[in-house]
Amino acid sequence: MIQLLFPSGWSSFLMGGLLIGAGVSLMFICSGRVVGMSSFFSSTWSWASKLPHFQQPSLRGSRAWRLWCAVGLVLGVMAWQWLQGPGTALSTAISPERLLIGGILVGFGARMSNGCTSGHGICGLSSLSGPSALAVLIFMGVAMITANAMVWFTGVRP
Amino acid sequence: MKGVWDGVGMLLGGALFGYGLAYSGMVSPEVVLRFLTWQDFGLMLVMGGAVAVTVVAYQGVPRWFKRPLLQDQFEQRVTPLNRNTLVGAAVFGAGWGLSGVCPGPAIAGLGGGNVSLLWALLGIFAGAYLQGWYASRATSSAHA
Repeated sequence: MIQLLFPSGWSSFLMGGLLIGAGVSLMFICSGRVVGMSSFFSSTWSWASKLPHFQQPSLRGSRAWRLWCAVGLVLGVMAWQWLQGPGTALSTAISPERLLIGGILVGFGARMSNGCTSGHGICGLSSLSGPSALAVLIFMGVAMITANAMVWFTGVRP
Repeated sequence: MKGVWDGVGMLLGGALFGYGLAYSGMVSPEVVLRFLTWQDFGLMLVMGGAVAVTVVAYQGVPRWFKRPLLQDQFEQRVTPLNRNTLVGAAVFGAGWGLSGVCPGPAIAGLGGGNVSLLWALLGIFAGAYLQGWYASRATSSAHA
């Protein structure tokens, strides 16, 4: 059963999840902030765009620390890779079109919903939020339908 | 000086987050898509592990301590049950299922040298801009 559900093992997934939780918790203990990742994409626009939506205090006021968090995110992966040794650069076989169009939907939808996998998932569930739990069920359901439809459509299993 | 430490705290928290994303494999769109097509349920353990730690922090820490180390108060996340929350989640899900990329891994993956993810990053910035433009328009016409 475990082999069927987790053909590539379970421990690295669980360990990775615990580390992610430790990062979110550290930010809460230090600053009291509940930090999801999608807001970074709106708060960063506040430097470049005068649109009222991007100039609201919650985005302007958080843009600097959200940028620091994003830099940390990149450095964290670099540290992991450095410890793995050379020749482990990541790549993906997903086409640029899918990444770009998928990205546009991800950016629009996550900001409209005010949460993504980390915002509604980790932060929302840990805040015991019913609406966030519902959002998680919806985005996971729609994502599963979309991903399976793409397999059927392209004939390629990821 | 407080501002510097605040930045350091966010940087370290983000770094742990990124390290965990890499450790779990979730920085790879393929790993996400294998979960979404029911070939490998490992991502449930990533989410479960992250929530198991964070729920203790969010529910416990404000009871045990008066205030966070560097700021005055603990934030609470409140998500309204409305059309934007639910429709936005569906749109986000369609994009996640198409690309296998969500906001955290889109940023973090660059640290792993996955330059293809620049396409996703560009897309997410564009999508966030469109949403901000749409929301600004809706607000200004409501006030007009």
